[in-house]
Amino acid sequence: MYVYDKHDQQLLNERVAQFRWQMERYLAGKIGEDEFLPLRLQNGIYVQRYAPMLRVAVPYGALNATQLRALAQVARDYDKGYAHFSTRQNVQFNWPALEDCPQILADLAEVQMHAVQTSGNCIRNTTTDEYAGVIAEEITDPRPYCEIIRQWSTFHPEFAYLPRKFKIAVNAVPGADRAAIQVHDIGVNIIRNDQGELGYRILVGGGLGRTPIIGTEIRSFLAEEDLLTYLEAVIRVYNQFGRRDNKYKARIKILVKALGVERMQELVEAEWQRIRHSDSRLTREELERVAAHFTAPDYTPLTDEPQELVSARAANPAFARWLGRNVRQHKQAGYAVVTLTLKQKGTAPGDVTAEQMDSVATLADRYSFGELRSTHQQNLVLADVEQRELFNLWQEAKALGLATPTLGLLTDMICCPGGDFCALANAKSIPVAEAIQVRFDDLDYLHDLGEIDLNISGCMNACGHHHVGNIGVLGVDKKGEEFYQISLGGSCGGEHSEEASLGKILGPSFARDQMPDVIARILDFYVAQRSDGESFLEAYRRLGHTPFKEAVYGKAD
Amino acid sequence: MAKLIKQGALQDTDPWSTDTDGYRLVTLEQWQNERDAVLAELSAGRTGLLLDSHETADLIGDDSRHFPLIAVNFPKFADGRGYSAARLLRERHGYQGELRAVGDVLIDQLFYMKRCGFDAFALREDQDSSDALQALSTFSVTYQADVGEPRPLFRRR
Repeated sequence: MYVYDKHDQQLLNERVAQFRWQMERYLAGKIGEDEFLPLRLQNGIYVQRYAPMLRVAVPYGALNATQLRALAQVARDYDKGYAHFSTRQNVQFNWPALEDCPQILADLAEVQMHAVQTSGNCIRNTTTDEYAGVIAEEITDPRPYCEIIRQWSTFHPEFAYLPRKFKIAVNAVPGADRAAIQVHDIGVNIIRNDQGELGYRILVGGGLGRTPIIGTEIRSFLAEEDLLTYLEAVIRVYNQFGRRDNKYKARIKILVKALGVERMQELVEAEWQRIRHSDSRLTREELERVAAHFTAPDYTPLTDEPQELVSARAANPAFARWLGRNVRQHKQAGYAVVTLTLKQKGTAPGDVTAEQMDSVATLADRYSFGELRSTHQQNLVLADVEQRELFNLWQEAKALGLATPTLGLLTDMICCPGGDFCALANAKSIPVAEAIQVRFDDLDYLHDLGEIDLNISGCMNACGHHHVGNIGVLGVDKKGEEFYQISLGGSCGGEHSEEASLGKILGPSFARDQMPDVIARILDFYVAQRSDGESFLEAYRRLGHTPFKEAVYGKAD
Repeated sequence: MAKLIKQGALQDTDPWSTDTDGYRLVTLEQWQNERDAVLAELSAGRTGLLLDSHETADLIGDDSRHFPLIAVNFPKFADGRGYSAARLLRERHGYQGELRAVGDVLIDQLFYMKRCGFDAFALREDQDSSDALQALSTFSVTYQADVGEPRPLFRRR
């Protein structure tokens, strides 16, 4: 993974000093509340329902064991002993004291971590595939490009006060969308053109929130060296012309819709033509310098399906089930990619305790070259595990509650913190997730159902990505009471398809205690109607919306 | 007079902040409607341009070079359009004169403003000028190109 040099570290240290000074001036009454707001936001601090929340960046999901231990230490020293992995691959602490935040950031800077631009109207953490670098399907490892974008976007002087937040995601697997790039402000798809040259297809104007939109192609091929100048051109157009009068209409997707993609494209091209040959054009040396941080670890020459694995699988059905679900093919013979699911029954999706974090750091050291990844599905990945060690790893992960064999299944839900923590939420989301986990805890049934994305957001800001859930749940407020609206048919693309779609609302909303029954009705209908091997999403797309609606609400007549 | 920082120092005097001696700012609209009259008075070096936040740099373009001073207005500090305006005036339109941030100009945005090409800052009345001077040197490392340094860090590492 990327390791800071003296420049990176110096810059981060200066940021820590800057924010400490800003906090002192704020606490001394020298900076007003409104004026402090973007300063704290761009250092990851929200003021939430009960306490501030600190969102620490995990750039494109890359973490090492030392960093995870540092996060565990923050959870112990400044919080209530746990943390939460978010859908942007970041880590959130729900209970720090505001005045402790500068010291937390100083502690984190020692392990090359920060909370820079994890909030606010600026360029946020760039996200990518959690399997980057270890799967054979990818065109190239997307992480060096993410790191290049990270450096370019960090303290960009022109783009710190955009109309609204700005999110970029990178996918490098053809025929798939492994980073939900179609629902980002800019989606970067790494491709090869007909001449075999590496470059990018650029999407613009996707997003969730109040106005969910699938991104549109704005450039079919961009050469590898042109990435930063092109991003700069897009965001410069947005900074100048994006709406600032209404925060709900301020995202770039609204600008693209208002102008039309052709006009947007003209403006961006005109801007880009004037800067594309500037010194901001990437150099071969820089691409190689950054890529050199992401070379393969020192793999042992091994073969697939070692005897240790074969016999453990034969002897232990629970292990076999976990292998089938949570372990993925690695491009290196004899290795495997393991997902540790943060979806144990009884805990909020994405939550981990300090002890679990320390233990996972140990597992990463022991089994996966000391590195791990966080995922936008709120899980953790050990990307380089020897197949002959899988049984040992499984036993340890199981003891930690991190081996629930449900990756990609119904109870591997994405869920925002919701009304339990978030000041924006209309409704709680964690209790809904828990009720569904409790109701559907039969592993045979879950495995029989197959892959289903169930995404829960506590409000229309859509942090739980409900629009792209095969089953989406949105918390709504009706006269002070919490209700839940269901939508079906959403998808962010994913491993098997690059076709994203937005869910369609099923009908009137439900009270929280009705939710498990309603989900059960939807699932029962699917099970009754599916043909062999047909996934929930495929069945929905074949059968259409109305039969599902009737299964839940009864026939209209 | 508002607290004015120019070329890295607090200023005691500022001809532009008084109406005397013929110093005045024209709006973009005035420039567009009364171009000849404004051009005629520009030789005295006492006519500046006020660019509001919704007015993009290309609307004045290379004509910016006629003016000894361009003031870019920040109606609210969180309105970031002025950063692009400043950068484009400097990098694209070759503007060499004084580029002054006016309006809701606060200490904690000065460093970014400086990088985008502002060399003068009319601070909001309540801002502490010594803190402001300190803020101008917040970072010694920058990743991107800017008006003062056209090479991004990757060409300087």
